[in-house]
Amino acid sequence: MLLETPFHPRTAPLCHSRRWRNWSGYASALTYEPGHEYEYYAVRSGAGLFDISPLRKYEIAGADAAALVDRVVTRNALECPVGRVLYTPWCDEAGKMIDDGTVQRLGEDTFRVTSADPCLRWFQDCALGMDAAVRDITRELAALALQGPTSREILERVVTGADVAALPFFGLTGGSIGAAPVTVTRTGYTGDLGYEIWVRPENAVGVWDALAEVGRGYGLAPAGLDALDVARIEAGLLLKDVDYVSTWTALIESRKSSPYEAGLGWAVQPQPGRDFVGSRALAREAAAPSEWGFAGLEVEWPHIEKRFAAVGLPPLMAGRASREAVPIYAGGKQVGYVTSSTFSPILKKYIALATVRREFTRPGHRVKFELTVEFVRHTVPARVVKTPFFDPARKRG
Amino acid sequence: MTRRYDVIVIGGGHNGLVHAAYLARAGLDVCVLEARPLVGGATVTEEIFPGFQYSVFSYVVSLMRPDIIRELDLPRHGLAILPLESTLTPLPDGDRLYRDADHHRTWREIARFSIRDAEAYDDYGRSLFYMARAVKYLLDIVPPDPARLAPGDISGMLRLGRHFLGLEPDQLHLLAKLMTMSSADFLEEWFETDVLKATLSASGIIGTFLGPRSPGTAYVLLHHYMGEIDGHFRAWGFAKGGTGAVARAIASAAREAGAEIRTDAPVARVLVQNGRTTGVALANGDELRAKVVSSSLDPRRTFLDLVDEGELPDEVVQGVRGYRFRGSSGKVNLALDAAPDFSCMPGHGPHLRGAVSISPSIDYLERAYDDARYGDFSREPYIDIVIPSAIDPAMAPPGKHVMSCFVQYAPYELREGTWDDKREAFGDTVIDTLARYAPNLKDIILHRQVVTPLDIERTTGLSQGNIFQGELTPSQLFFLRPVAGYAKYRTPVRGYYQCGSGTHPGGGIMGAPGKLAAGVVMGDLGRGKGRRGR
Ligand SMILES: Cc1cc2nc3c(=O)[nH]c(=O)nc-3n(C[C@H](O)[C@H](O)[C@H](O)COP(=O)(O)OP(=O)(O)OC[C@H]3O[C@@H](n4cnc5c(N)ncnc54)[C@H](O)[C@@H]3O)c2cc1C
Repeated sequence: MLLETPFHPRTAPLCHSRRWRNWSGYASALTYEPGHEYEYYAVRSGAGLFDISPLRKYEIAGADAAALVDRVVTRNALECPVGRVLYTPWCDEAGKMIDDGTVQRLGEDTFRVTSADPCLRWFQDCALGMDAAVRDITRELAALALQGPTSREILERVVTGADVAALPFFGLTGGSIGAAPVTVTRTGYTGDLGYEIWVRPENAVGVWDALAEVGRGYGLAPAGLDALDVARIEAGLLLKDVDYVSTWTALIESRKSSPYEAGLGWAVQPQPGRDFVGSRALAREAAAPSEWGFAGLEVEWPHIEKRFAAVGLPPLMAGRASREAVPIYAGGKQVGYVTSSTFSPILKKYIALATVRREFTRPGHRVKFELTVEFVRHTVPARVVKTPFFDPARKRG
Repeated sequence: MTRRYDVIVIGGGHNGLVHAAYLARAGLDVCVLEARPLVGGATVTEEIFPGFQYSVFSYVVSLMRPDIIRELDLPRHGLAILPLESTLTPLPDGDRLYRDADHHRTWREIARFSIRDAEAYDDYGRSLFYMARAVKYLLDIVPPDPARLAPGDISGMLRLGRHFLGLEPDQLHLLAKLMTMSSADFLEEWFETDVLKATLSASGIIGTFLGPRSPGTAYVLLHHYMGEIDGHFRAWGFAKGGTGAVARAIASAAREAGAEIRTDAPVARVLVQNGRTTGVALANGDELRAKVVSSSLDPRRTFLDLVDEGELPDEVVQGVRGYRFRGSSGKVNLALDAAPDFSCMPGHGPHLRGAVSISPSIDYLERAYDDARYGDFSREPYIDIVIPSAIDPAMAPPGKHVMSCFVQYAPYELREGTWDDKREAFGDTVIDTLARYAPNLKDIILHRQVVTPLDIERTTGLSQGNIFQGELTPSQLFFLRPVAGYAKYRTPVRGYYQCGSGTHPGGGIMGAPGKLAAGVVMGDLGRGKGRRGR
């Protein structure tokens, strides 16, 4: 039996589609309505409310908490001020990615880290000899993501004891919703204006109700993972085990990725004297880059339409996001593969995240995307572009 | 010295703007002259009542050509089309027909009336898909002229012939039926359920002074089915910010490409010298010079109002005089204090994000038409409702709503009295009709705007208030739109072109006339991108 998140009493009756996915052992709605379209548009036009409780959460506390986090993650955690959040990957000694998530600095000596998969043992092992305690608080903390252009207005009306309007991108604040203490972070997985709300499980339902009540006038809709998948690809955000494979599960060397290879080079922040797990390997890689890299692709939609029209069909790709690996070619040779792709309803373009040979990572490069229509393989032109594909000013504004 | 433009576009409706954007992108020096203080024409959204955004005329989007959206990069200019997923038809006895994106639920809902119909529904959808796929070809071409023997016309007719002869025989038959039948008869071939037939046939009467049993309405039905969103036919959507946002996005693309857009600039006359245009005279007396003048106004204004009849051959003058407008639609736009509560589907459900259609039976629609035939507005009208604020929260203050009611029939020519006298009575009739299905309606109205065909004509210049710049009946389509011999966007005056909905492929927020006309203008000016149909 899948576990129920603390919001289940609310999400279950709303889940008219009865389509649930197993997310870390929890029942997580794929869509609430029969299709995800409306939920997706809620994120881009109103606000989508996602139950993200299944995320793994850890508390790291103690005099060496900052030093521990800084040792684990590739970004420079010592420079993260209290009241700020970092998105970061973390690696093994070989500089290959284990997982990625956010680091919230709640206090001088207190952090919260989220991850896709269990990391307690790793964090504790890294803490050897340090004054830092790592606790798995996954079940002690429920979480919601409220994402979309009206999310700020909704939160301003619901949260007391915090200036939500003043919260900067990747900022963090404490506050209350009703009587329930909450942490609000201006983070998310949609590339839109958005927030995440962290609350104790016993207060979860009350927080949901308060948001739903006020959200009604602001186009709020409960939203599921199908909508999230489209939004996160538009935002150019990676999904573990889809866009990269964790070094722990890769089994073979070639499946592993470094942050550089995954397009997260910006999150590797070496500094003289800074020694984090993988730093030496990553320094070597920085000096002698890998032959693989990350690329955002825009596949020429008219060509897709033409290929389908040639057999008399509408383009049967406008539906859900795809996690199917698709070969990418250039000059008749395979030069990489797409890991996630979707038709972007807001951009009216077919977009993809890809792993490609390094020489093809620069925006402007032309490649070919393999397209199978009626069991026949074709290729259609695609162009390497900068990610995020969709990057509204309100995200940071 | 007055400034001389390459092209002056008369009218800043969405077609004039599309036209200007394409020409400006081709490097031409383009100026759009719009009579009103804002662009958009029949595609405008205005804050008529403080805090409430009214899409005053057009209200939903589907026909807008995807290639135009892509080529002008309209998403980057702010265009976002939100899905409109359901249609609710309330019935006088408290029952309803509700269809939405959930295939199985729709099946069950229709099956409550007839299991046969529920099963035929998919077959119907498939058939219309084939029809839309076949006719879609026409949306993207300049109509060849069968009466001329120019090489372009002959090859165009041949291509056209090949295209249609490529259809399966049963599809060809169906197409012939669509072009000639009434929407009620056409639907009869699939369905027995009255409310289903009525609601589907309603798209066959929109913008047309015909009833569902009048031949010719089946084509109008198809016209409403040809819209594509993301490659899928029939999908209707709602532009975030209202339909005015479509016009604003196109205007932004046109400006970015270098076009100048002047508002509050009504054109009084097109200047003609020796059979060639030299520019326009504004109502304020200013004259502007241009090599090319393109009018996005309807054929009556384009040919008869803006140009001296002496410049036109008699048959063109006669043809345009005979071109049918016969406005038959009105609108009631409402600001509401709360959501309307439909007794057939109470509460604040997803149905409020779809269309609500007051079309309980074919007889109901036909009776509504009967009233209009004799010069009265319908006592019980057909009403097509959307509640934009339920889809896009930015359309009204939180918890409040705007409601758009498209109404037929409201004949332009009244048997007695004037629309100025009857405007409020018409509004009352619409509200009374609706209140039968949504009893809380009268208590929640904060403001109402009643738009009669006369108001449409006065505000946008659409003759007789016809929403499509002329009816979409077979005698006014394709190489006959607006008149034989001048369906290729040119006019008898050299350098003077047409680019509005009164040309092929017709009305609706589509942009195709504007783009196709731009291709012809560029071709004539020797600017590369000239298209078929010389
Ligand atoms: C009530 C109503 C509801 C409708 N609903 C829908 C719908 O839901 N969906 C849909 O797809 N279509 C709908 N339509 C149809 C659609 O809106 C029109 O077919 C389309 O907008 C016409 O665009 P256009 O650019 O060809 O012409 P117009 O929009 O008519 O533009 C002409 C422009 O010229 C300007 N103008 C007029 N005279 C002059 C002058 N002398 N000098 C300078 N400028 C001048 C006008 O102000 C106007 O801006 C509706 C139309 C109406 C009226």
